[in-house]
Amino acid sequence: MKRFLPEYAAAAYLFLYSPLVVLGIFSFNSSKVAIWRGFTWDWYIRVFQNSALLDATLNSLIIACAATLVSTIIGTLAGYALWKKRSPILTNSLYLSLMTPEIVAGVSLLAFFEWLFRFLHVQLGMHTVILAHVSFCLVYVVIVILARLRTFDSSLEEAALDLGATEWQVFRYVTVPMLLPGIIAAALLCFTVSFDDYVITSLVAGVNSETLPMVIYAMARKGVSPEVNALSVMITVGLGVLILLAGRLEQRSGGKARRP
Amino acid sequence: MESVLELRDLTKHYPTHQAVNCISLCIKPGEFFSLVGPSGCGKTTTLRLIAGFEAPTSGEILLNGNSVTSLPPYRRDVNTVFQSYALFPHLTVVQNVAFGLERRRRESKIEIREKVKRALALVQLSGKESRLPSQISGGERQRVALARSLVLEPQVLLLDEPLSALDPKLRKQMRGELKSLQRRVGIAFLFVTHDQEEALSLSDRMAVMNGGRLEQIGAPRELYQQPKSRFAAEFLGEVNWINGTGVRPEATRISSNSPGDSVSSFTAVVEGSTFLGDCVHVQTRLPDGAQCTAELRRQECPFRTGDPVYVWWHASDELHFPIND
Amino acid sequence: MSRLRIAFLTPTAAVMGLLFFAPLLIVFAYSFLTRGAYGGVMRPWTLEAYDRVFDPLYGHILWRSLWIAAVSTFLCLALGLPLALYIARSASYKTLLLNLVMLPFWTSFLIRTYAWMFLLRDTGLINTALESLHLIRAPFPLLFNSGAVILGLVYGYLPFMVLPLYATLEKLDPSLLDAAADLGASPGISLWRVIIPLSKSGMIAGCLLVFIPCLGAFLTPDLMGGGKTVMIGNLVQNQFTTARDWPFGAAISLWLMVLVLFVTAFLGRKGEELI
Repeated sequence: MKRFLPEYAAAAYLFLYSPLVVLGIFSFNSSKVAIWRGFTWDWYIRVFQNSALLDATLNSLIIACAATLVSTIIGTLAGYALWKKRSPILTNSLYLSLMTPEIVAGVSLLAFFEWLFRFLHVQLGMHTVILAHVSFCLVYVVIVILARLRTFDSSLEEAALDLGATEWQVFRYVTVPMLLPGIIAAALLCFTVSFDDYVITSLVAGVNSETLPMVIYAMARKGVSPEVNALSVMITVGLGVLILLAGRLEQRSGGKARRP
Repeated sequence: MESVLELRDLTKHYPTHQAVNCISLCIKPGEFFSLVGPSGCGKTTTLRLIAGFEAPTSGEILLNGNSVTSLPPYRRDVNTVFQSYALFPHLTVVQNVAFGLERRRRESKIEIREKVKRALALVQLSGKESRLPSQISGGERQRVALARSLVLEPQVLLLDEPLSALDPKLRKQMRGELKSLQRRVGIAFLFVTHDQEEALSLSDRMAVMNGGRLEQIGAPRELYQQPKSRFAAEFLGEVNWINGTGVRPEATRISSNSPGDSVSSFTAVVEGSTFLGDCVHVQTRLPDGAQCTAELRRQECPFRTGDPVYVWWHASDELHFPIND
Repeated sequence: MSRLRIAFLTPTAAVMGLLFFAPLLIVFAYSFLTRGAYGGVMRPWTLEAYDRVFDPLYGHILWRSLWIAAVSTFLCLALGLPLALYIARSASYKTLLLNLVMLPFWTSFLIRTYAWMFLLRDTGLINTALESLHLIRAPFPLLFNSGAVILGLVYGYLPFMVLPLYATLEKLDPSLLDAAADLGASPGISLWRVIIPLSKSGMIAGCLLVFIPCLGAFLTPDLMGGGKTVMIGNLVQNQFTTARDWPFGAAISLWLMVLVLFVTAFLGRKGEELI
């Protein structure tokens, strides 16, 4: 059995990557059918001419950036505080939000906004999507930050206190600079999670705030379209690059603040 | 003389054990004071209590007569040199040294630059200003740690085993430099170590700790020659225990012929010898089974294994303890 | 420190309270109300929604969801264990191999599901290739059934199984397996008696991380199952959109949460801490 492990692993990796690779290859197919007819950039060009797609992409970017900014700041502060002293209530709440099925989170937010807006006369829109995204992105940031802090040398903080820095100054001048690569990695993770979300977004988005996943879903529902292929390839490559960047950052700074 | 640092009945209990048990001591201004003891005796905990990283269960810490027990570390006029130096990896040497001054906001930028320059010159590190901690050697990092604390001119400098991370030769060299540095700066040093030789050679006064308690305080010579407890005697050097009396190897005489009736001597058989560079230790065994080591200040052992010898000492070299151990 | 700590924790606590717990409470309350005329809810308070949840009409949806989630989890375990074992034992490429497993997951889930649709549909790549090779005469219905849903779920959540398995297997002493072989154990016995018992915590964590999302899945059964394979997630979404029966949807959601909490508590006690 052990002898076949490498072959099995190769097959497993093939299984994981071939759908995306196939998609990539056929995004250059000049025919709409699943038979190779020739190479073309057509579909990619069409993506950029599709105003609905472009608008949706812009919405997704705005939402992802806003949600990432808020989640990263709030999550970093919380992760730091939890590292200093545990709070079972908060930790379990975060854990619960991770375990909650997206559909439940989505409908509950929809119900919440609907109830809230009876009193506030506000509609569903980008703002509700951003709030929703913050609610489920937060836990990812906290996890990443806590993981980084676990290997943080706390004598550095003590040294800073000893030299006259208050707790806030310690955080600001020592901890955050050292944690920066981890913070950025958390932000990149947050961005990809937010950018890709469909279920929750589709439930709480208003009429005018279609996101890219919503458009792709509608197109996929209708059938396979080469434009979606091209778009998918671009998104996959883009997000993949972000994730690789995040991974690089994690590795590079990993040595600096290690405990001796 | 007023004490610069005073500990009054300082105690720290943990749920599992008592780390520090009712410690009281005074450190005089400008004094080089060492706290020695085996690992786990509570000396580092004591240091952390003084620095403010832990709160005592009971007792008081006074700095120049004022209680600082309830103050956080950044409000106490003491600074610490950590065992791992704890230099900020993302800051250069200069930025590390200037860190405390910048937080204090008492000095202008120009004054800070001047003070940092002087502090680096004091520890002989001028020229490495813009290096990062990862780019300098262990010994140099230690100097940065010293400069970083001394530039703030604290009342007391706390040093937590600062030399233990260095290799033996560098350790010996740094010992001398540390002592002369302290003399030049004139600040009281509270030096924590498990190395009794270090403490004996550096301190004006020292204290031996064991199991959270202070065994004895005094000048190094006093502690070495007149230990008040068996533990202190054994910790600070080697002791031969013969018939309930303790004698140091360097005070133990050995010869093939009987020394006569003016001193009480014991017969023994040579078991072996160890060459220590500047002397030789001859291990012998007495008839009742006790071991006795005699130190000979020469390069060779004139006895062979199995030789019968006499061991004796002068009564004035005996170690006596006020309480029965 | 505590003032700073409270300041640091408050925003997160506020987000959790207002955007997670409060909405759940609202859903809880809505499940006891009556459906509104144009969606939403209105009085009177009633238990009618819960009555319908236990209607055998919807029972088979629950069982199908449990069944699909269980099969998917089992397949992930069976397929993921050898992979995790391989990665854990490769000396120099561990991190790279692990990252390669996780990478697809962090790109779009939607797109990956779509990619399988491209492969599996009647006019998709697989059928077209098989037809052009004259191996089949009519397209195979590879999509829009439970099998496709399971495939999609396994594909989507396999990395979630591999990661905790790897974490546990990596700590496994390789000499244990050598010792077992030395004492005469065949590879099968080694697996059953040495590897599996020692990697229990990783297996439990992996199963937890796969089963729960599979149970509440929406996209995969919707796209890969084509509306024919209705799972709990689809049912809930339907109630809150086209069917406009919010109380019923709320009641189902609540039961889904209860199921999730039950499984988490039951397995979580034996599994590893994630945070």
